[in-house]
Amino acid sequence: MARQTPRSDLLFSGSDWNFATLSHAYDVIEAVAKEELRLDVYPVQMEVISSEQMLDAYSSIGMPLMYRHWSFGKHFLREELLYRKAGRGLAYEVVINSNPCIVYLMEENTMALQALVTAHAALGHNHFFKNNYLFQQWADAGAILGYLDFAKGFIARCEEKHGIAAVEAILDAAHALMEQGVFRYRRPPRLSSDRHREGLRERLEYEERSYNDLWRTVPRLADDAKPDESEASIAERKRALNLPEENLLYFLEKNSLILEPWQREILRIVRVIAQYFYPQRQTQVMNEGCATFVHYTIMNTLFDRGRISEGAMLEILRNHSNVVFQPAFDDPRFSGINPYALGLDMMQDIQRVVTEPTAEDRDWFPEIAGTGDWRTILLDAWANHRDESFIRQYLSPALIRKWRLFLLSDTANDSFYSVASIHNERGYASIRTALAQKYDIGASHTDIQVVDVDLLGQRHLRLQHKVNDGILLESTGCDATLRHIHELWGYEVSLEGVDAQTGVTVFERSSRQLA
Amino acid sequence: MPIFIDRRLNPKDKSLGNRQRFLQRVRAELKRSVQEQIRAGKIADADGAHAVSLPAKRTSEPRFRDAGDSGRRQHVLPGNRHFAPGDRMPKPGRGGGSGSGSSPGLEESEDDFRFVLSREEVLDLFFEDLALPDMVKLNLKEIVAFKPRRAGFSASGSPTNINIARTMRNSHGRRIALQRPRREEVEAILRELARIEADEPDAARADVAALRAELDRLERRRRVISFVDPVDIRFNRFDAQPQPNANAVMFCLMDVSGSMGEREKDLAKRFFVLLHLFLKRRYDRTDIVFIRHTHMAQEVDEDTFFFSMQSGGTVVSTALEEMQRIIAQRYPRREWNIYAAQASDGDNLATDSRRCLKLMDGEIMRLCQYFAYVEIIDERESEIFGSTDNGTSLWRAYLTVKERWPNFGMSRIARAADIYPVFRHLFTRQPARLRK
Repeated sequence: MARQTPRSDLLFSGSDWNFATLSHAYDVIEAVAKEELRLDVYPVQMEVISSEQMLDAYSSIGMPLMYRHWSFGKHFLREELLYRKAGRGLAYEVVINSNPCIVYLMEENTMALQALVTAHAALGHNHFFKNNYLFQQWADAGAILGYLDFAKGFIARCEEKHGIAAVEAILDAAHALMEQGVFRYRRPPRLSSDRHREGLRERLEYEERSYNDLWRTVPRLADDAKPDESEASIAERKRALNLPEENLLYFLEKNSLILEPWQREILRIVRVIAQYFYPQRQTQVMNEGCATFVHYTIMNTLFDRGRISEGAMLEILRNHSNVVFQPAFDDPRFSGINPYALGLDMMQDIQRVVTEPTAEDRDWFPEIAGTGDWRTILLDAWANHRDESFIRQYLSPALIRKWRLFLLSDTANDSFYSVASIHNERGYASIRTALAQKYDIGASHTDIQVVDVDLLGQRHLRLQHKVNDGILLESTGCDATLRHIHELWGYEVSLEGVDAQTGVTVFERSSRQLA
Repeated sequence: MPIFIDRRLNPKDKSLGNRQRFLQRVRAELKRSVQEQIRAGKIADADGAHAVSLPAKRTSEPRFRDAGDSGRRQHVLPGNRHFAPGDRMPKPGRGGGSGSGSSPGLEESEDDFRFVLSREEVLDLFFEDLALPDMVKLNLKEIVAFKPRRAGFSASGSPTNINIARTMRNSHGRRIALQRPRREEVEAILRELARIEADEPDAARADVAALRAELDRLERRRRVISFVDPVDIRFNRFDAQPQPNANAVMFCLMDVSGSMGEREKDLAKRFFVLLHLFLKRRYDRTDIVFIRHTHMAQEVDEDTFFFSMQSGGTVVSTALEEMQRIIAQRYPRREWNIYAAQASDGDNLATDSRRCLKLMDGEIMRLCQYFAYVEIIDERESEIFGSTDNGTSLWRAYLTVKERWPNFGMSRIARAADIYPVFRHLFTRQPARLRK
């Protein structure tokens, strides 16, 4: 190898890697990323791991630190089974939204793959994490690892003190509500600092020592006042509890009468983690698209400059095309729209619209077509959009035609699907809207809120499910989840399904029916 | 320049704890469902080597999820070839097994986490908290045989156990440390002396004297520092390793007279199967002896035992005598853990029950680790006899045995579902008691 270096400009040759090559490759790739794409990234920490450690990382939802829970073991067994038996490949990398940005590289990767992964994760994802508004506002990259460390320690201490079974019961219930444990409209509070947490812990300990009155937190009526059920008092009581509340975990944490302080803290931990992942779920297409676009551009640039050999480039392209493979809907391999493919295609399409627009593009995207500076447009898109708005804004008719997208209406009781729109003049807008809608978590997400609870009376917790388009809840999961809420609340819990359009009650389940 | 951290050497099984928790969780669930299955009589084919596959109920992670079969949705799909707006496409049949790819319904598939248990695992779960009661004479842990087992070296022992290699190594080390002259050195001096004397007999007397003195010194030293000294000697050391008695023999005694119908035989068989499986898990080697009896007893093979018909009266004592004879012949009690399981409908010649009692009291109960008796009764009878001590003459005779011998168990069974509780009852772990 040493002999080859002088006569070529290659970053690497052969498939073996070592830390010097990795480091050199990173520097060159970073330089290209900065000058070609004007990326702005967190410092990077690359960790080389084995495939088993990758499996470990998979099972604890990709985080380097995680508290213990059987469900992670279950995921581990499943992944392991798939990996060992079905030969499903592992991801080449895992990237963690933290500062510094942590990238896991698999030791089995060839050097060409490591370069690809570096461009993809250490620069593409990293840039997106650092610059996208959702991540900036909603997930605290600087504090997450510290918080997870605290969470792990706290839960381990709880297990020691209260027993694994008790802690698991709370975690099971909390995990069931993870999707309902997110603030969607309100900005979540920053993660508290170490000092603050320490103070909190001390306060909890003090409270535990002096804990005797469950009613302490509850606004009390005067003893002689009878609870009256007038409209005004109900409104007043809802206002006092800040109802309706979309974040069920938050509500239970703050208002459940039967939870002990440590149990509340566990609910809080699960809620914080759910919140941390919330932006990632809203930006799948953009995040992967951005990373794929970045690695594709950088690798091609490097190849053009003669820094990557043809053999390595072929390997990179092969992996690249595997990643962005999108089978058609009637292909047996079809399993939904591939976010990598959609993201990359949209971003390349933006590049095309900006540099070589057609008349149609000028019609559809007057503000960007032909402006020539695609870098600025893309940087702006990466920073200021989530999937839903990105698609709504940038999905072009040309891309709809290229993908031959069509819209299918599906009514549950019919025995057929009907084609609502196809890739033609009349269909573009509706396809674009429908696709954007699909990525709008706010709209596609099961909307369940706490609407009322009479803390002074029956303490009956009323939840409301806004039924959109007549889509009901799957009953087994619903009952089991209600049971979990009941465990956390301690008193009757009922869930009422109300049609979002008409306001008619569609169904009602109560924890009393479940017992 | 990024920071590099090589984590490959970090401990791998970071999620081991989680995995164990999961298995533990499944284990509890599986155990429950295995026991339910057994109770419901499904383990009729317990000796079948089929794996049992169980949906893990408690391992589902519930959450609010949309039901796939309700509401109105819109799907955006790629790859339209020939559709025009307004076209209709039949939905794939519900559960018709059509490829998921052709179904545009994008609902997540139901979380179907299944755990397949091998037969061994099922049985382990089944037997988990069972143990044979009161291992009276040859307790499982009781030591009946010793086997010498190497246990390092010692400085004393019998000459047959001298470890030459070890001894010579010590001797060699000691000789080096004490600088015992080697034979080559002595021989060199001797050769030198011989050469001098041969070449120049008169010359250099002083030289010769010096050489002789040196030779003397070496010889003396060689005598003082012995080649092998008693302190060098090492012996192989052996410990007597207790050998748990790992053989069990199980006697299956069954009444095959006309009064035992298919149902009775079937129940008896299940009872024997369970006992046998249990013994097989506990002992390295398990023999089974089948003894069937009518008015006379006979050792038979398994097929004959269960499937051939024989008619005649019923004299239980013949079977007991046969068993006693076989034990004396082939299964010395020092080497075998003897178990017996007897199934009968309780019919016996009235005068014979007394004889049975005598046989049991006399020798059999002393030979057996455990003797289990099930009386297979009619379902209607179960209500009458269920709790009373009344019963056939054999039952009453055995009741007396039960009072005297803690290692005797008896029960009545009427249904397949009764077997397991009976089995548990017979073999639940009991506090160890010593035989009086």
